[in-house]
Amino acid sequence: MEVATPMTSASESHGTTGHYTTTGLDNRKVAIWALIGSECMLFASLISTYLIYKGRSLVGPYPHEFWCRATNVTSDGPIAGCAPAELFRPILNIPVTSASTFCLLMSSLFMVLAHNAVVNRDEYRARGGGGIIGSSKLWLFMTALFGTTFLLFQAYEFTSFVHEGLTIRSNLFGSSFFTLTGFHGAHVTAGVIWLCTLLAIDMKRGLRPRDALNVDLAALYWHFVDVVWIAIFTLVYLIQ
Amino acid sequence: MAHSPNLPASAAGTAAGTSVSHDVHATGHGVDQHGNPTFHPEHPTAGTYVKVGVILTLITVIEVWVYYIPGFTKTKLFVPLLLALSALKFAIVVMFYMHLKYDHKLFRSLFVGPLLIAAGTLMGLLFLFGKLAVRLGLLT
Repeated sequence: MEVATPMTSASESHGTTGHYTTTGLDNRKVAIWALIGSECMLFASLISTYLIYKGRSLVGPYPHEFWCRATNVTSDGPIAGCAPAELFRPILNIPVTSASTFCLLMSSLFMVLAHNAVVNRDEYRARGGGGIIGSSKLWLFMTALFGTTFLLFQAYEFTSFVHEGLTIRSNLFGSSFFTLTGFHGAHVTAGVIWLCTLLAIDMKRGLRPRDALNVDLAALYWHFVDVVWIAIFTLVYLIQ
Repeated sequence: MAHSPNLPASAAGTAAGTSVSHDVHATGHGVDQHGNPTFHPEHPTAGTYVKVGVILTLITVIEVWVYYIPGFTKTKLFVPLLLALSALKFAIVVMFYMHLKYDHKLFRSLFVGPLLIAAGTLMGLLFLFGKLAVRLGLLT
């Protein structure tokens, strides 16, 4: 039989629980880590699929090579004699993706600062508010904003790819690329919605230290989305 | 309905938002006043988080900078270097931002276990479909 004990704000903020559990850990935090573990395997399968199909497309456009549609010739540089309408550039836009990667990294920083502000709210209040560092509203807003910016970059990238002739049905690269990055984008979208709900609660009644576990769960999910992108950015975009 | 003292403070509707500053940085295992096991991990400060953010940004800059060195992308060092930098970023985020360095070892097991299975699956599939086997010279 479970024995209930008073739940303190400190225990909630650290993933421990007032309810008796054999581990002394809150089941919600154990559950989010189990979810993250399973998500690791999902993304590993998607990344594996991308890597297996990499370089096996029979027609372009290609990620890192020029392609002449008329002759189906690929090259590291522009192809002489190919009509401009038939010549396709390497499709990946590294400067744009680098900017979006920076946005996601910064959003992770803002997320830990939001969590830090909620956990230490009382301490900051006792010292007169804590200034910018103590404002969970600001950091949650910035996290959601930078997450949304990442999504806008991805929407721009997908749109430009389609305009340049690469769709999910064009070739193996298109199929595996859009599936992998699309799944990741869907996870980022879910994370942004989660962040917006936390921000709404914070605006309405203020997040207190006893809410810290709720923020921690969202933060863990958000950081996981970030580490998945760290792997995708290197394996898909940078390694040729 | 009368509130039971045995119910969690939040469930009983009592004000649980009391100061936690003395507990926030406490660390290690212990028991509460009822003898139930508790765990209070240490958290880094905001300054540490910002420093980690700067390091992550610098590593990303190095990754992109290396990508734009034409001679270097053709060398055998290029891919291992990018993979190492990526693994370093991954580890830093997981250890500091996800608090796995400070948190309970059960959480570490829940993450590292599936991560190893995922990595094994990835390597196995790459071997099965020939990518790694060709690169390592096991197949021609």
